[in-house]
Amino acid sequence: MHRGDLVLDEDLVKRDELIRGGLSYHDVTEIVCKTAETPFLETHKGWLVGFAVAASLATMLILSIAYLIWEGIGIWGNSSPAFWAWDIVNFVFWVGIGHAGTLISAILFLFRQKWRTSINRYAEAMTIFAVICALIFPGIHVGRIWVVYFFFPIPNQMDMWPNFRSPLLWDLFAVGTYFTVSLLFWYVGLVPDLATLRDRAKNKISKLLYGVFSAGWRGSMRHWVNYERAYLLLAALSTPLVLSVHSVVSFDFATAQLPGWHTTIFPPYFVAGAIFSGFAMVQTLMLPARLWLGLKDIVTIKHIENMNKIILVTGTMVGYAYGIEFFMAWYSGNEYESFTFINRAFGPYAWAYWTMVTCNVITPQLFWFKKLRTSITVSFVLSIFVNIGMWFERFVIIVTSLNRDFLPSSWHYFTPRFWEPVFFIGSFGLFFTLFLLFVRYLPVIAMAEVKSIMPHGEEHHA
Amino acid sequence: MLKNYGLLAEYETPHAICEASEKIRDAGYKNWDACTPFPVHGLDKAMGLKASILPWMVLVAGITGCFLISWLMIWVAAYDYPLNIGGKPTWSIPAFVPPAFEVTILFSALTAVFGMFFLNGLPRLNHPLFHSKRFERVTDDKFFIIIEAEDALFDLEKTKALLNETHPVGIELLEEQV
Repeated sequence: MHRGDLVLDEDLVKRDELIRGGLSYHDVTEIVCKTAETPFLETHKGWLVGFAVAASLATMLILSIAYLIWEGIGIWGNSSPAFWAWDIVNFVFWVGIGHAGTLISAILFLFRQKWRTSINRYAEAMTIFAVICALIFPGIHVGRIWVVYFFFPIPNQMDMWPNFRSPLLWDLFAVGTYFTVSLLFWYVGLVPDLATLRDRAKNKISKLLYGVFSAGWRGSMRHWVNYERAYLLLAALSTPLVLSVHSVVSFDFATAQLPGWHTTIFPPYFVAGAIFSGFAMVQTLMLPARLWLGLKDIVTIKHIENMNKIILVTGTMVGYAYGIEFFMAWYSGNEYESFTFINRAFGPYAWAYWTMVTCNVITPQLFWFKKLRTSITVSFVLSIFVNIGMWFERFVIIVTSLNRDFLPSSWHYFTPRFWEPVFFIGSFGLFFTLFLLFVRYLPVIAMAEVKSIMPHGEEHHA
Repeated sequence: MLKNYGLLAEYETPHAICEASEKIRDAGYKNWDACTPFPVHGLDKAMGLKASILPWMVLVAGITGCFLISWLMIWVAAYDYPLNIGGKPTWSIPAFVPPAFEVTILFSALTAVFGMFFLNGLPRLNHPLFHSKRFERVTDDKFFIIIEAEDALFDLEKTKALLNETHPVGIELLEEQV
């Protein structure tokens, strides 16, 4: 065989497991475009109700932020010694959720896991919206938000620079880069599908908007060559990036000398936890959407089972990390370290610790049973458990370590005030607002990619 | 005034367009293209396309980003604005690794995306191909070959005959405004 010979991927001709029901290319286009092309007045009632609720909560978040800036961060319950609480808990929670999107779009792409194409668009959108929610919290927790540009290395009249040796600045670079790269990755993937919507658009506004954002894409093979290379490069760049982001987030804690934070296990432990929580969130969002949007043939039980397997693996890794933390606390012989961990499990926040262990370590083990991991209801319920457990994990790490540090005279039991839940619920409102807009107006399945993994046998083109 | 832009041929399957492309490549055409709803693997070889130069652009951008941020960090932290934090060294390479890594990725990713658009001559708002009604299905399920009138070998009758040999489901003459 020499260059120029016709080479078609052998296994593509036989493949039919991932996309069910002998769909043709055109069927895929129709299924995926259906929701985006529904006229405004015929919008699904459930969507309208969901959007009304989510948008109200998002508005509540915006008003709460205005109040926070007006009044100062004293409206939260943060006080000595717990100066970090829900603000940073929420930040780490949302960043972690984002990681599954990148894992699905980049790492599984590099490993040639073809099943990812049915869920990657969805998961990438989740990443972007989750990182937006995450960025809000460190942004507003600084107090004097009008000098937030101090974060950035911008030449200024005071001739002052940020401290590049601080993990908090590393965090800014990591999460900022992560957001930018995720957005680009998502957009590049969207371009050919936006072109599909453009070519099918009936009214002027959608023609114009899809036309502008599809950048004049015409499916030229000369373009696809560069496009595929760009996509591969983005996947290759995102893979170390996503691992670095949560490692850097963990440095915020690990480089501090506080017992319970100052450990070397943090970077891998945080990354595993992030992937774990992110996959759970993908399940939480995907399972209802696949029902409502009629995507059962594209997102099959096999996809759900694969995701549950990843939840099981990462959940077990997280459980292992909890165990090792305890072992190291004892093995180090350091009395502060030992005290912190005994305090976590049996101190005033024991309820939070055991909630975390139940949701993250115990319940995901049910996925060992094939019957349970292929059940949609069980998957959905367990994914909610993981979401709860992973929020508590960050709460346990941050608050239980801070509220009882070295000096017993400074100990103080942290309780949130009225505003913490308002901000947290509001961030869910923002997340779901963006998400509902996405499922309504953009192609939720990467059509071009799904078509490229479909069987290319002649019988499908009759 | 209108002038001929080229001949557009439509195909039903990835196989058909790959076989047709080999014939057109072997006939020696240069200004022609295949348009498909998804990247058809093997079609780049059937068309005789070279590999993309994008990776080299990305490599240069990544190295540039790494050096720029490292220079900024060292200059800021060790010379322009040295801060004494617990007596730790100001010239602290390990502490500079995370931002240097992130900025390398940032520059590379921006170049991968914008470089791809640049190499493709995109974004553009219009193209002569978009005047064809049947070409609207290129982003759905149909496969097209376009041979441009600019090509040195282009001859309306001969080129049409060549395209006919490749068994297209339809051939269309496209015009453009000049």
